[in-house]
Amino acid sequence: MSVVTVQLGQCGNQVGHELFDVVCGDAHDGQRRSYCSVSRERFFHQTERGDLVARAVLIDMEPKVIKHSMNKAANSGRWTYGDDAHFSQKQGSGNNWANGFCVHGPRHEAALEELVRRQVERCDRLSGLMAMMSVAGGTGSGVGTYVTQCLRDTFPKSFIVNQLTWPYGTGEVIVQNYNSVLTLAHLYGLSDAILVHENDTVHGICARLLNLKHISFGDVNRVIAHQLGAVLQPALTTDSHGLYSRNPLGELASALVCHPEYKLLSMSTVPQMPSASIAYSTFSWPGPLRHLRQMLVSNSKMEEGIDWQVRLPAASERSRSLTGGGRGGGRGGGGAAAAAIFNRSLANLLILRGKDVYSAETGGFEDPALFTSWLSPRDAFSLWKSPVPFNKYEKSATLVSNSQALLRPLDDMVRKAWNMFASRAYIHQYVKFGISEEDFLDSFTSLEQVISSYSQLS
Amino acid sequence: MRHSKVGQCGNQVGCRFWDLALREHAHVNKTGVYDDALSSFFRNVDSRKSDGGACGFGGRIQHLKARAVLVDMEEGVVNEILQGPLSEVFDSTQLLTDVSGSGNNWAVGHMSYGSVYREQIVDKLRKAAEHCDCLQCFFLIHSMGGGTGSGLGTRVLSLLEEEFPEVCRIVTSVYPSPEDDVITSPYNSVLAMKELSEHADCVIPVENQSLVDIVNKIKHMSDGGKPGLTIRKDSSIISGQGGLRGAEKPFDAMNNIVANLLLNITSSARFEGSLNMDLNEIAMNLVPFPRLHYLVPSLTPLYTLADVSVPTRRLDQMFSDAFSKDHQLLRANPKHSLYLACALMVRGNVQVSDLRRNIERLRPSLPFVSWNQEGWKTGLCSVPPVGHSHSLLALANNTCVKSTFLDLKERFTKLYRKKAHLHHYLHVEGMEQSCFSEAITSLSSLIEEYHHLDATKGKLIPDAPRLSIAR
Repeated sequence: MSVVTVQLGQCGNQVGHELFDVVCGDAHDGQRRSYCSVSRERFFHQTERGDLVARAVLIDMEPKVIKHSMNKAANSGRWTYGDDAHFSQKQGSGNNWANGFCVHGPRHEAALEELVRRQVERCDRLSGLMAMMSVAGGTGSGVGTYVTQCLRDTFPKSFIVNQLTWPYGTGEVIVQNYNSVLTLAHLYGLSDAILVHENDTVHGICARLLNLKHISFGDVNRVIAHQLGAVLQPALTTDSHGLYSRNPLGELASALVCHPEYKLLSMSTVPQMPSASIAYSTFSWPGPLRHLRQMLVSNSKMEEGIDWQVRLPAASERSRSLTGGGRGGGRGGGGAAAAAIFNRSLANLLILRGKDVYSAETGGFEDPALFTSWLSPRDAFSLWKSPVPFNKYEKSATLVSNSQALLRPLDDMVRKAWNMFASRAYIHQYVKFGISEEDFLDSFTSLEQVISSYSQLS
Repeated sequence: MRHSKVGQCGNQVGCRFWDLALREHAHVNKTGVYDDALSSFFRNVDSRKSDGGACGFGGRIQHLKARAVLVDMEEGVVNEILQGPLSEVFDSTQLLTDVSGSGNNWAVGHMSYGSVYREQIVDKLRKAAEHCDCLQCFFLIHSMGGGTGSGLGTRVLSLLEEEFPEVCRIVTSVYPSPEDDVITSPYNSVLAMKELSEHADCVIPVENQSLVDIVNKIKHMSDGGKPGLTIRKDSSIISGQGGLRGAEKPFDAMNNIVANLLLNITSSARFEGSLNMDLNEIAMNLVPFPRLHYLVPSLTPLYTLADVSVPTRRLDQMFSDAFSKDHQLLRANPKHSLYLACALMVRGNVQVSDLRRNIERLRPSLPFVSWNQEGWKTGLCSVPPVGHSHSLLALANNTCVKSTFLDLKERFTKLYRKKAHLHHYLHVEGMEQSCFSEAITSLSSLIEEYHHLDATKGKLIPDAPRLSIAR
């Protein structure tokens, strides 16, 4: 079953392009026929001549990025974007969410819906839609939110997942926090699952794990694409009965989003190393899995500098929240502090790819202490496997989590936006296009609710 | 994009701009195909066609016509342009001239010519706009101190707002130095300021004195600052080398700097990059409150050394330079005032990690307003300017512009107190004493707004109390 990807704005189109590149290359290496054919069917439409055309719609309010992405794909010789699959304008959205959501979105609604419909109709069976965008700018965030709304109206029964790139904390766009708040608040009511990548985190991976001295946006985008590919490439799931699952987005959403108040998903992949080192490395399961588990527990964003001091709380301390204090003492100083920064999960999905995948020991991820008490660990933890090595890594493990991992970044984003809002700076720019102070307050309220919900997990 | 050049200064700067723009595009576009980048500034016209000749993308370049309107109330400057090598780039429908000039009198420019030529101006603007698939922005270039650029220029500005309210208006204004030889320049400037505050989306003020300083610095460097170090001729921001025009004229060097400023601002809208920065985005991110839209520009590098064996100045130095007073086009002191917002437009082979590293390095020494501690807007354009491997344009919304305005106010008051030359203005129909008092009030309240923000500097402002959710 196929996934139709909607690439929005500069970031969405750049990352989307890298994703198609990764999955095409991964299924290219002549291995495992059924893996390749499922992957191809999922992401590409095959023409009569056997050419692969991405199941994607490219949307931007200015033409340069789409043009660049389409040319790059065409020059790769392995796959292309459809000639009729893109939409662009000339003037951009000016980094203004209101311009994207209130003006461009509605103005071009018919044309955009038509493009998506065309892609959907080419699929034998639609597994779901994935919208890729950043939250900092104007098109990805504003038009992206509007398009998601349209998709929800047009395909009420389909799974819609949003892949969001959060900007560097120290500013790419001055009004990025406003745009982010407005996007997240609106998407929360529309999306089935929100997959988040943070530029700061990915940048760290490039610097410290991939040893890149000069990091470009291309490097950042390729890491994001690698992680997404690791999630979306074919896998055997508990429901797929020995065959590759046909419903990756649906199974992802069902596995991780058990309650509409909790939709924010983060992901980590191990190992990540410079591509030149891969050939010289030996891979085993126990080490990386141990690291991945501790990364989850301690909320470490990468496989380096993991804080091993953080331990799961003992049963008596399980009512502590991540941000709340709580009384110390009892189990000794270390224990109380550790419990205070332990990252509690609602649900986790572990995806293993590569050799000897059936011998990997994953019991540690089913520990009830990792999770809130609402679901049994059987329900809170899901495991997907594929015996096919992914993207040249002989063995790799990816963890997609619905946990408190994004709580601090979200809180920071809301705090900065709120401080700016308190002075009413830039508000006139949004009002000009149809977003009022009331709309801002509604969005702030929604997100404070989300923050509160995640903080209070027990 | 549409350029309106008004008055002598505006047209002379504009002329340098078109020359350098052609040079830049010729450098990049080797195939002679009329592409997206070119079309942002130029139309492609085949004059053999009977329907007006407009050619779309992808075809060969026939005749490039600048998307511009040139206005002057005397003919000398515009005629010179039409007789020079750039004559092909403009046609008569784009020009508006008169013969008598404005006598350095804002009222003559704004009121008299403003009324007489209102319809013609609107007509020419409309025609020019019709040639555009999508009009993103108007650039207005003028000086503040004279009569046409200042008076008629600001009249054109308000016409632009009336006729095209949705289109962004970015104004490059050349402010007079204290030693300016036009006695009434303070009057003209203050009267124009009111218009700029009310009708422009963004104003980029440039001071003649800063341009002079930069020119002198470069000349000193190339005239044998250090033995053995020569500057690559086409690389300095004062050089017109490689453009169409041959011998340099007076003011050319200074005007080239402003022309380069405009090229850099628009680079990301014309060429590709990994993080595009459009003109609309500049206006959005740098203007937190409607009237506080005056942006301090800095350009670096000023030149590239010709000797390739001398190691190129480290990339990081370029970022430091952007925040040094030597590279500013306005004589104000941002580091001692408050940044409300700052944009960095980087061109060339620079990656996001270089950008991040330098922002982190410079940030601690730059005072930002409390509600915009990370107030950076950044852009990465892959195509560097001619003669450089990389360049940086910084636009800062900083309260230091207050000092420029205070200066202006003082010079105005000196004259106004004695009612010097006032009658020249009041004789003009439509002009009254109240125009003066309103203009100075507008300027004073603008200064007051900056002052108010300055007062928050250094104070520890706590986070605003958050909404609390009932559970």
